[in-house]
Amino acid sequence: MTKADLVNAIYERVGFSKKESARIVELVFEIIKETLEEGEKIKISGFGNFVIRDKRARIGRNPQTNEEITISARRVLTFKPSQVLRNALKDV
Amino acid sequence: MTKSDLIAKVAEHIPGSRKRDAEVIVNTIFDRMVEALAQGDRIEIRGFGSFHLRQRDSRIGRDPKTGAKVEVASKKVPFFKAGKELRQRVDGIEEDPSSTPSAPSTPETPSGDFGSSE
Repeated sequence: MTKADLVNAIYERVGFSKKESARIVELVFEIIKETLEEGEKIKISGFGNFVIRDKRARIGRNPQTNEEITISARRVLTFKPSQVLRNALKDV
Repeated sequence: MTKSDLIAKVAEHIPGSRKRDAEVIVNTIFDRMVEALAQGDRIEIRGFGSFHLRQRDSRIGRDPKTGAKVEVASKKVPFFKAGKELRQRVDGIEEDPSSTPSAPSTPETPSGDFGSSE
């Protein structure tokens, strides 16, 4: 599934034009992205939470060369699926 | 930000007569994504990230109360991988336009261009 399928779903169910539907899908994800960018989490009941986590710098290793390298401190995005979603998908 | 906050935010960008559609819009998007995963389909949202299912094999677990061994059935678990653009934005790295030659020509913030502005 891609963004185009979501655009179609909005077009069919909500009755915006194709062009408006495309803008709306873009808008929804842009709002989510901006919120996450600010470090705020997104909680979608029945789906899951998108959470920002601060990772400390750590020593990693290049598995090919065995060379030790420092992995710099960074901010990462993780997704924690809700129990409802996990249950819905466990037997797929 | 919860789903209702997101719905309210979306409503700010659509014209007055259609504000109530914001809830249907947001629900439709997440419902469709759940449906896709439930069909075993993978989801790929350009600029955001992708979702796919991973197989977890059955294993022997323990009942934390009694300590008895129990078999935990195999299952599928959803996984999200943030796209490059989002990963960089979250990490505070400015997007490098030269590294995304095929980036869609979408504006950073979609304007409320749905006819009237209110």
